[in-house]
Amino acid sequence: MSTSSKARMTGPFSDESGIGFETWKNEKNWRAHGQPTCCRAAHSRLSLRPYHLFHLPSTTIDVQTTSDDCTLRRYLEQDLSPIMSAATSTKGAGAGAGASTRAAYRLPTLSAEANKNVLSLLRLIIIFLIAGAAVSSRLFAVVRHESIIHEFDPWFNFRATKVLTTDGFYRFWNWFDATAWYPLGRAAGGTAYPGLMVTSGAIYNLFHSLNIPVDIRNICVLLAPAFSGLTAWATYMFTAAMKDDAAGLLAAAFIGIAPGYISRSVAGSYDNEAIAIFLLMMTFYLWIKALKDGSALWGVATALFYFYMVAAWGGYVFITNMIPLHVLVLILMGRFSSRLYVSYSSFYAVGTLASMQVPFVGFQPVRTSEHMAALGVFGLLQLVAFVELVRSHVPSKQFKLLLVGFVVLVATLAFGALVALTYAGYVAPWTGRFYSLWDTAYAKKHIPIIASVSEHQPPAWPAFFFDLEMLIFLFPVGVFLLFKELRDEHVFVIIYAVMASYFAGVMVRLMLTLTPVVCVSAAIAMSTLLQTYLDPKEPTPLEGRADADDDSVAKSTRSTTRKAAEVASTPKENTVAGSDSEISRPASPVFGASSFSSSKFGVFGLDSRFFVTIYSLLLLLVFVLHCTFVTSTAYSSPSVVLASRNADGSQHIIDDFREAYYWLRQNTASDAKVMSWWDYGYQISGMADRPTLVDNNTWNNTHIATVGKAMCSSEEKSYPILRKHDVDYVLIIFGGLLGFSGDDINKYLWMIRIAQGVWPDEVREADYFTPRGEYKIDDGASKTMKDSLLYKMSYYRFNDLFGGRPGMDRVRQTQGPTKSPELEYLDEAFTSENWIVRIYEVKKPDALGRDLPGVKGFEGGKRRKRAFALPATKGK
Amino acid sequence: ASTSSSASAQSPLSTLYSSYVDSTPKKLKVIDAFLVFLMLSGIIQFVYCALITNFPFNSFIAGFASTVGQFVLAASLRIQANPENGQTFPKVSPERIELIG
Repeated sequence: MSTSSKARMTGPFSDESGIGFETWKNEKNWRAHGQPTCCRAAHSRLSLRPYHLFHLPSTTIDVQTTSDDCTLRRYLEQDLSPIMSAATSTKGAGAGAGASTRAAYRLPTLSAEANKNVLSLLRLIIIFLIAGAAVSSRLFAVVRHESIIHEFDPWFNFRATKVLTTDGFYRFWNWFDATAWYPLGRAAGGTAYPGLMVTSGAIYNLFHSLNIPVDIRNICVLLAPAFSGLTAWATYMFTAAMKDDAAGLLAAAFIGIAPGYISRSVAGSYDNEAIAIFLLMMTFYLWIKALKDGSALWGVATALFYFYMVAAWGGYVFITNMIPLHVLVLILMGRFSSRLYVSYSSFYAVGTLASMQVPFVGFQPVRTSEHMAALGVFGLLQLVAFVELVRSHVPSKQFKLLLVGFVVLVATLAFGALVALTYAGYVAPWTGRFYSLWDTAYAKKHIPIIASVSEHQPPAWPAFFFDLEMLIFLFPVGVFLLFKELRDEHVFVIIYAVMASYFAGVMVRLMLTLTPVVCVSAAIAMSTLLQTYLDPKEPTPLEGRADADDDSVAKSTRSTTRKAAEVASTPKENTVAGSDSEISRPASPVFGASSFSSSKFGVFGLDSRFFVTIYSLLLLLVFVLHCTFVTSTAYSSPSVVLASRNADGSQHIIDDFREAYYWLRQNTASDAKVMSWWDYGYQISGMADRPTLVDNNTWNNTHIATVGKAMCSSEEKSYPILRKHDVDYVLIIFGGLLGFSGDDINKYLWMIRIAQGVWPDEVREADYFTPRGEYKIDDGASKTMKDSLLYKMSYYRFNDLFGGRPGMDRVRQTQGPTKSPELEYLDEAFTSENWIVRIYEVKKPDALGRDLPGVKGFEGGKRRKRAFALPATKGK
Repeated sequence: ASTSSSASAQSPLSTLYSSYVDSTPKKLKVIDAFLVFLMLSGIIQFVYCALITNFPFNSFIAGFASTVGQFVLAASLRIQANPENGQTFPKVSPERIELIG
């Protein structure tokens, strides 16, 4: 070890002392294990892991003790120092005796400082370029169309952000939205995750304090791209903690453009996921850091980011269960350490208390089953730590066994108590939304409103290839490589990979949480491959066979490859002969090039290096092309405006939604209640600024079922419902003329099912099918279907467009009804240009007390009867 | 809690006690006393909540959770400052160990 310590003092880059490759190996070994090899025996006595099971030295305790700056330095030493020593060595490559000096190609030699500077400059440039790519690939929708909020949910977030910026934080915190869920209202401040709004509000205030008067809409639109850059950085940090900077940069590049993440974070997608993935990766990174150092400070930092995550997204439950699961698995693997105790305890104590400050979360962390895993692991950790303390004071072997039995007993008792409390009702069981992840048939049977959302369906295989392209192939390879080394933090990624894969397999929407771990894992696989094949070091022939190999070394590389196969068949000789090198070899398998470099295995010659490198590069380039293509074609449409192409290639914009919403906004009373299916609730209140009955926050199933019942009942039955809820206008979406498939007739069955769940006697799904069980809309439709309000509203005057002949429904690909339906309780108020949005006005009761069909008959088809002194405030 | 585990044997308990008294530095014993105090405080609060009322539940959570949080943070300090754990915590500065241990 004398040379090793000497090398440590003089530094790995100095060649004056004549340090050869062996010294470098010692040096690297020392670096990797955090201390000299001779100390390892004494050190391992302190750790409690079963070595015979995992064949792992105590590296998990000591690895990565250096700061990030030193990580870079170590990386640099690992990869460049042997080459440089090879380049400057007096023995040279041609001699063949100094086998360590052989290299496939030469690298330019730089001083240590220059190397370090160049590397950090490159790293900085790469990170900024990745952030730039991440931002710019999300701007397709803004560049093509306009800077506008997309989809449905973001419209509520946008409206809430406007409340925050105009009325101030405290008004937002206590905001009661009287216009939503009309008769009931919604305490929006306490039923929303405020993290997103507060973030953009803070950015808004920052810009305005700097006299940069940016509209809040632009901040909301561009928030997701901005945070995707931060996500790339956080993923870089996370992956760098797993392997090295090279893998980190690859992971950052992957997640910067992976369509699985872009799909939820394009410009204009102002949803919780926009900042949540950044917070997820940041929390995980800080957790890994806290665990590595055993630092309470970083544990508290983890807790603070966890708090931010809780405030931002309901998916925080994923973190709440991932970190305890990691801790539990580490304990079960026999890897309990004081660092585990310190990091997890500080995280849990602060994080739980902090998460309870979010009004929407409230007492859930102590009352619901989703959070009980974290509490249970916290308790278990206290027990294990206490027993470890007692064990250090007590020598008896039987007594140790007793202590372990004590832990198992108390843990079992606590688990039993938890089960008992859950059954007794003190702890709330899993909510349906989470329960449906385990029992995948649960939602469809019991809660149709969860099953009705398209992104709650399980994905098909093509969805994985579409969203992740080649990363999905590299993903298992990366997990395998992590298994090979299996440090404490690697266990985390493995658990994350397994859990996220399962959840993504159950629900399309959770592809979002899978994407980061796929990027991390694929980056580890790809960087291992590249490092193995870019490493210029040639494999070392055996010492004992040096004379036999001398000739073949001088020969062409192809013959050397064949020789290597022969040599590989006699591994025993090597281990016996080279006892010196046996000591200095890293005892644990290390990633990539370094694990092969010291042995006879490796890559010979330039041609194999060249082919593999070019092929990997090609894969990466195709990945970029695929991501750009998918982002451009699939994920960058604003859904508020529908774009189509004319025959000459020019763009044709269908803007019916905004046309209708603006009609509502400008031509109706400001307190006119609009009834629509819940999908459009947020958009109506956001764009039309009118009170709605139900919206996308589906907190009251009965109220939604009421709307569903009104839609699927006959006019006579619906009218009292509409009157009781003060409905002035009914808004429906009809895509039959244009072929817009997401219209209300296609969602009709879900309305019926949800209404049937509440009123099984009055609404029956079977009534809406033909006797043969078909769902038809033409003349063969069932009588209930033809009488229902939504059907009548959809096809009202549809035939007029076709000159009185039955119209062609381009979504259902059948003819519409031959005889146009007649409406007696409603008036058509507005129909948009392409008939996508149709708005009907609910008639007031007759002033003479007659029923409305009678009035209509009396008028003989002429609807105008405004001579009466009716409150004709609805300017049409 | 140690009493329940050693119900079967009497001698290990006395071994434990004497070993603790002999081998623990004085400053760690001070932390231990604080830990015992926190544990008692938490137990009293919990018993009050269980027996009398949990009415301002947020107040109970606040008091109890701060006791628990303080306990685990003090326990973390004790672990980090314990000279036996010096190698486990490479980042803990020697100053902290000097200060406490």
